[in-house]
Amino acid sequence: MELRKDYFADVRKDGLHEIGQGRPRLDSPGHVTGKTPYFADRNFPGMLHLKMVRSPHHHARIRSIDTSEAEKHPGVVRVLTAKDVPHNVYTILILIQIGPEDETVLADGKVRWKGEAVVAVLAETERAAQEAAAKVKVDYEVLPAVFDMEEALKPGAPLVNEYHGQNYYLYDSGECRKVRFGDVEAGFAQADHILEQSYQSSPIEHAPTETTGCVVAPEGNDRFTCYTNTQAMFFTLDNTSIILQMPGSKLHFVGGTVGGGFGGKVDVIVEPIAILAAKLTGRPVCFIYSREEEMQISSPRAAEKVIIKDGVMKDGRIVARKVTGYTDAGAYSRHSPYGAQKGAAHYPGPYTIPNVWIDTYCVYTNRTPSSAMRGFGVTIGDFALEVQMDKLARLIGMDPLEFRFINAYRDGDMKAHRQPTEGAALIECMQEASRAANWPVAEKYMAMSSYRKGA
Amino acid sequence: MAIRRGRGVAAINYPTGMNLGGDPTQALVHSTPTGNFMVTLSSVDLGQGMKQIMAQICAETIGVPTDRVVIDTADTDTGPHCMGTFASRGTHRAGNAVIQAAKEARQVMLEVAAEELEVNASDLETDGQGNIQVKGAPQRSISIFDVALSAHFKRGRSISGRGMFLIPRSYPEKETGAMKPSTCYAHACTVAEVEVDDETGEVTVLTVKNVFEIGRALNPKMVEQQLVGGSWMGISHALYETTEPYYPSRDHAGTDFNQYLMPGPGDLAETEIIVLERPSADGPFGAKGPGEMCANPQIPAVANAVFDAVGVRIDTLPITPERILRALKAQAAS
Repeated sequence: MELRKDYFADVRKDGLHEIGQGRPRLDSPGHVTGKTPYFADRNFPGMLHLKMVRSPHHHARIRSIDTSEAEKHPGVVRVLTAKDVPHNVYTILILIQIGPEDETVLADGKVRWKGEAVVAVLAETERAAQEAAAKVKVDYEVLPAVFDMEEALKPGAPLVNEYHGQNYYLYDSGECRKVRFGDVEAGFAQADHILEQSYQSSPIEHAPTETTGCVVAPEGNDRFTCYTNTQAMFFTLDNTSIILQMPGSKLHFVGGTVGGGFGGKVDVIVEPIAILAAKLTGRPVCFIYSREEEMQISSPRAAEKVIIKDGVMKDGRIVARKVTGYTDAGAYSRHSPYGAQKGAAHYPGPYTIPNVWIDTYCVYTNRTPSSAMRGFGVTIGDFALEVQMDKLARLIGMDPLEFRFINAYRDGDMKAHRQPTEGAALIECMQEASRAANWPVAEKYMAMSSYRKGA
Repeated sequence: MAIRRGRGVAAINYPTGMNLGGDPTQALVHSTPTGNFMVTLSSVDLGQGMKQIMAQICAETIGVPTDRVVIDTADTDTGPHCMGTFASRGTHRAGNAVIQAAKEARQVMLEVAAEELEVNASDLETDGQGNIQVKGAPQRSISIFDVALSAHFKRGRSISGRGMFLIPRSYPEKETGAMKPSTCYAHACTVAEVEVDDETGEVTVLTVKNVFEIGRALNPKMVEQQLVGGSWMGISHALYETTEPYYPSRDHAGTDFNQYLMPGPGDLAETEIIVLERPSADGPFGAKGPGEMCANPQIPAVANAVFDAVGVRIDTLPITPERILRALKAQAAS
């Protein structure tokens, strides 16, 4: 790595004692010698293992659940169904007033994606829990499912989630989050060229070394200690408190070093059911995802579809940009309404464009609910935006890097969401990339600055 | 049939912290009797090294070496609230809370030292090595060890501080979308160079040159690890990864690392990282959050390089050999 201190030297105070020093991490000797404890290193006498019975169907009504054979299986201590969960219908962003509650801890009457948790089995060993889970009989009436976002948005599509009432998240702004700036149609009318293109991604797994899980120990004082690898301690504690209708003071969450998060551990999935199980059995409980569960059950990065329509002038100025983004939330909200909103705030990218129109939709389909993942709301949008930029440059016969200099945002430029740009550094990054990659651009671009005179 | 070479560029920005704000983090700092400093948080270290960074921020603010600081975090019985470690917010939000708490603790520490040295607290400074001295007269000094002992056993003062950082929540205007999503943005520009085998559709990423502007490299060695790791993840997203390879079909879903493709060590490009620092107005020592940003620009840069190499656009991720071959076939047919 090279630290280029010559950029922005006038606005930075160097020469601090501790900041800016490449000190070795205090925890790395523990990591590399295998001494760092992780949540799963906790082991308690009499600890039970939790395994989920999961839906084999993408969308189905549950006619009946028969747990009698499972309960008789040797080693089984308790079997939990929806009726055991005090506040079974929940949504995690309710803590910041983003509702409605739309998801069940254990399926109640219906499943909306293949893999949805239906019954929790607790047994003395992992093997007994697994074998007993296979003996739970669930009678399903399979319903039509919808997987394609465009299909889901058509009238008459199967309704994925009754708590929403339609297959998209209803923002206060309506069926999508909107950004309107300037007059996009006037911009297109004035443009020398129009280019409309569509981009698509597929769900992506966080692939942490350590799978999602927790170990819960009931304490003598009516409290529960939950050893967890969540990325958000109080967010998980407070949601658990709501789901279990248990005062937060009864809950003690202990985290520590996490074996990789990438956004995959900010849903609140394993902790509430494991704490409930510990409460109902009076025994320690562990619930740890298998690799298969981590890959197909825990939320992935949402698939997205992004349609960009641009109006560009021969001289390289983008005069209008219209973006329509679709985020595939799967069957439940989790963090996806936030992700789609973040996309609306991010477009049209780090460029100053006078006429902008943005609509971002959060769409429900019968697939594994998606949620947070490193950069969500932005990562796929950047793929679409930056491929589009390349296409626009080639369309007008301009060097793709020079084309970006012409449109790059600088201090003081008004963004589409009506905030003036502050602290821009895109131009300097591109100048340095031009040098580092031996990709020469015209001298006038190398002389540019993110600073504006007087700004 | 040939191996064809191409290169592509992408430039991006990325907001620091939870979108629209409203995501608080607290920190508490106190001194032990012998002048070590405990920072109490409930933030989670995901392996990126948050504990180390918080220790350096606290040490710099109080004016002691980093090894005098201990981080106690991720325990809800002891640590005050943190919204969580996500949204590139850990360093920025928790770092600001630690600075505020550490400043308050430092002030008490200087007041106790002032009483011991019989001077005004405002005339004192720390030397960064564990001592407090009179400005302009460094021979008049006292160790922080002795100051902490005095505070505890003689003067009955608690060398401690509280910190809280909250960016007030912004609510988007319904019709126009006017809003304040973030207070600072990190930046990047990446140039990727690839080889594409037009017979097999296979892509080899040769080099990735990343320029990242991150506000401030608080610990350059650690941020390098994060930026290199992010760059690899970006390549992986571009070319390999998905849980649903034939999305929107649910078929062929991978369930383990044999079926779910990720690059191995041999698939990783020669990676160059260049860091620029334009300090943010509200970041701890100017730092922004580069944790998510650093995995984004490689995806479009690789996609653009593939086009440069073989003249077909793959607008669907991941850019698999199958998609490239189908596009080449369609191109040949037309």
